[in-house]
Order: sequence, then C-alpha cells, then structure tokens
Amino acid sequence: MKLFRMLGRSIRDAIKSVIRNFSLSLASISCITITLIIVAIAIIASYNVQNFTKEIERDMTIVVFLENNIEQEDIDDVEKELKSIPNVEKYTFQSKQEVKKQMQEESDVFNTVLENWDDEESPLKDTFQVKVRNVEKLSNTAKKIEKVDHVSVVRYGSGMVDKMVKAFNSVEKVTFGIVIALVLVTVFLIINTIKLTISARRREISIMRLVGASNFTIKTPFIIEGMILGIFGSIVPILITTYGYLAFYRHFEGHLYSQLIELIKPEPFIYQISGIVLLIGIIVGMIGSSSAVRKYLKV
Amino acid sequence: MDLIRMKNVEKKYKNGVTAIYDLNLAIEKGSFVFVIGGSGSGKSTLIKMLYREEKPTKGQVIVGGLDVAKLKNKKVYKLRRKLGIVFQDYRLLPKQTVYENVAFALECIGEKKDVIRTKVLKALEDVGLKNKVHNYPDQLSGGEQQRVAIARAIVNDPKLLLCDEPTGNLDPEKSLEIMKVLEDINKMRGTTIIMATHDKEIVNKMKKQVITLKDGHLVKFKQKGTYVE
Ligand SMILES: Nc1ncnc2c1ncn2[C@@H]1O[C@H](COP(=O)(O)OP(=O)(O)O)[C@@H](O)[C@H]1O
Ligand SMILES: [Mg+2]
Repeated sequence: MKLFRMLGRSIRDAIKSVIRNFSLSLASISCITITLIIVAIAIIASYNVQNFTKEIERDMTIVVFLENNIEQEDIDDVEKELKSIPNVEKYTFQSKQEVKKQMQEESDVFNTVLENWDDEESPLKDTFQVKVRNVEKLSNTAKKIEKVDHVSVVRYGSGMVDKMVKAFNSVEKVTFGIVIALVLVTVFLIINTIKLTISARRREISIMRLVGASNFTIKTPFIIEGMILGIFGSIVPILITTYGYLAFYRHFEGHLYSQLIELIKPEPFIYQISGIVLLIGIIVGMIGSSSAVRKYLKV
Repeated sequence: MDLIRMKNVEKKYKNGVTAIYDLNLAIEKGSFVFVIGGSGSGKSTLIKMLYREEKPTKGQVIVGGLDVAKLKNKKVYKLRRKLGIVFQDYRLLPKQTVYENVAFALECIGEKKDVIRTKVLKALEDVGLKNKVHNYPDQLSGGEQQRVAIARAIVNDPKLLLCDEPTGNLDPEKSLEIMKVLEDINKMRGTTIIMATHDKEIVNKMKKQVITLKDGHLVKFKQKGTYVE
C-alpha cells in the first residue's frame, strides 16, 4: 500500500517534470523514437530472413547432372548409388527431353533456341533431383554424389541462400553499430534531461532529506521520469511497426519476389515486436536516468 | 533519561578548521536548551552533528540511543524521522500552499492521506496558523513562514526539535511569538528542543538551560542560564 502511494506520487512528479522541461524531454523522446524505429525494422528484417532461410533450406534440392550421352545401364548404377546414401530422402529422374520440354514451356526465348537442337547436340543433361533428410549435411551429401561414376556436375541452391544470408549479416552488423551509437546519444540526452530536473528540484530534494525520505523515495521519481521518456519514445515506433508491417504484408500478399520467400504472419508477430520495442525504450530510459541520479544526486 | 549524549566529540573540517574541540555533554529528555556563542563559535556545527549532516572526526554522538557517528549514509533517514529541524531561512517550497508544505514531510515518508490530514491540521493549529492553510509562502510574513516551517518540523511528532537561529531573520516582536510557539511545543508535546541563537534578549527572558560555546570549546552548561559574553 505504502509502496503504491509512493509510486503514484513519483509518477505524478515525473510527468510534471517531463512537461516542465519540455524541449529537452522532446529531444530525448525524439532520439529514442529514431533509435527504436531502426531497432524495430532491424528486428523485423532479421526475424524474416531467419524465417525464410529456414523455409528455403527445408525444400532444398540437389540437382545431379549426368554425363552426356549416358546409357540407361549407367543411369541405373547412379540410381543404386543414390539409394545407398543414407541422407538421401527421395530422388526423381528427369531425362534431357523432359528438361527441354519443361524449359520450353517456361519461356518463349528458350523455346526458339531449344527448337533447333536435336538430342545428340543438346547441351542439356539427364538429371536426378535429390531431396535430403538433413539439410545441414547438404554439402557433404552433394560431395559424395559428385564422386559417383557418370555424374558430371552437382548443383544445390545454397549459393544463393549463402550469399543472401551473408549480405544480410553485414547489413545487420552496420545496423547494430548505428543502433549502439544512437543508444549512446539517447542515454546522453536523457542524462541531461534528468540533470535539469534534479537541479530544478534541488530545494525539494534537500527538504526531502531533512524530513527523512529514504534514498529510494528520493531516487524513484527521477528513474520513473527516464522510464516515461522511454515509454513516450516507443509510441511512434510501435505504431509504425504495427501498421507498417501490416501494410507491407498485405501489399506483398505475404510473399517477397516469389513463393519461395514467405513473410512472417503479422499476428502475433507485431505484438511481440511492439513488446520488445517498448521494453528496450523503458530500459534505455532507465539506464539514462539511473546514471544521472548516480552522477548528480548524491544519495 | 538522557536523549542526547556527546563524548569527546571533535569536528575538524576538511579545510583544516576545527569547529568543535573535545565536547562532552548530556541533554535530558523534555528539556529546552539554548546553544549560544559568537559567530563562528561552532553552534551550527554542533546542531549539524546531531542530525548527521556532519560526522564528528572523533568521539561519540548518541541521539535517542542511536550512535549517529556510526550511522551509514543510507540509514540517515531513520534518524531524520525521529527529529524535526528548523532553519533561519525557513526552507519552504514556494509553489506549494501552507498545507502542502507541511503535508510534504509526511508524504515523503509514505503516510496515508487521512493520517496526513489530521496531523497537518493539528500541527498548524499548534503554531497558530489554522486560518492560513491555503495561502502560499509569499503571502505570509516572515514570522508566519517560520511557523509553517516549525509545523512541518513537528508534524511527525519528533522526540527532538533542532533550531538553528530560527529568529535570525525576524524583528524582536515576531521573535518572541516564535519563542512562545516553541515553548508551547516543549510543554504540550514534551518535545526536547535545542536552539542555537545569538539573541541575548531571548535567552535572558526565557530562563532555559544554556550551553555556551567559544571558538569551538564548551565554556558553560547552566540551568536557567543567561547570555554572558
Ligand atoms: N562546511 C564547512 N567547511 C569548512 N569550515 C566550516 C564549514 N562550516 C563551518 N566551518 C567553520 O567552522 C567554524 C564554526 O562554524 P559554525 O559552526 O557555522 O559556527 P556558528 O554557527 O556558531 O556561527 C567556523 O570557523 C567556520 O568557518
Ligand atoms: Mg550558524
């Protein structure tokens, strides 16, 4: 009960101070806002990339190209070998005629080019499409298959995925650096805001000491003021996260570029992100105000 | 029983000035004691050691059984809740009413609203300000402002009231009004009062116990004393 009374008083005082030091408070809040928007976008992007790399890996296939003009006997041998590799889940054979047909259906350009090639001179090859059980052993399995007789080349999609993940990782690092820098600026601004409040209330604080307020009572309003700055600063980022992601998801109908890259469903994703953003705002506010209290309030 | 006991107390400030030398004294519960002496004789330092604004460099300061010299910074508030303090410059919050100024002392220690109301009105009645509850400090005379400060100091029923030159800014007439208030508090509430002053007339008129300091030394501790240079 007593704690609630004191908290009520602290919150009231803190809000008063935010209003009284309006310009500096606004600077802190804006800085938190910018930081949190970037943080929110980074988190959303990161979760999505993680999500779709998993998706892509899940249905990753190894394409096994056989040598030119291979005999049916040799094809059967390769098939036996594939069967004996434990990580191979299933495989389907596609003759070069089938490949040609499929490519001709996909595009008119291919159609005219491929029209003029008969089977003898065709650069296309017979292929096996192999699905694996364990994606982590994908490249290992691919290497094994490559050593099988009559196999000319082995391809698997990891090149594209690897490149994307690598590119995203470096973007993530840069973003992380920017966020750290912004957090530092924010904390600095909050420290100065709270410092102003402390000096405006110096008289009050000295009287509080005289009449026997505990250190906790003296500190709490200032810590709460920092937290309130954090909460105010996270309002806009939360709105942007919620409505922005919803609009983004709707605009792309849940997919980017192709069916391959699937976006995370907005619910409950946006609520989780909003929660994280709010939490970061509050924590940054608290860090700023506690260091100001430690520095300028000798209790 | 002794409320305050000081044993071999010395206070040397960081700049090398010794404000109090080897002080020994005991003050009984319920007494009214003046601390007198010229400017710089160590009156304020003595008072400050009692509410743990300053720590003695040597010796023991015991207030209500608590060894104040050994009290950790974090625990000072426990001592402060047992005493009230009044200064020459009132130290009120200018943007708060008389009522709010007095209530502030209880809000700070988490008292309930209805308890605050009862206690604040009682304290304001004791200092004769019940009709100015909603005024702001700048609407009051110096004497009235000091009475608000006294009300704030006694609102939590402290055992001990420390006053450092409470009449220092007031004319003789207003000073006597304040003394009347303090004497009533001492008698009605049984609060022990220690008051530093250099006002001869007041001391001579009141006939209370007198501690005389000179350059940091205790020169006299007399019952029903008068001011002597
Ligand atoms: N914070 C301080 N730092 C250094 N010296 C001080 C401090 N406070 C008081 N003094 C010195 O201690 C002596 C006693 O001061 P004080 O207790 O204020 O005397 P009084 O209240 O009787 O005028 C004086 O010489 C004064 O200069
Ligand atoms: Mg003095």
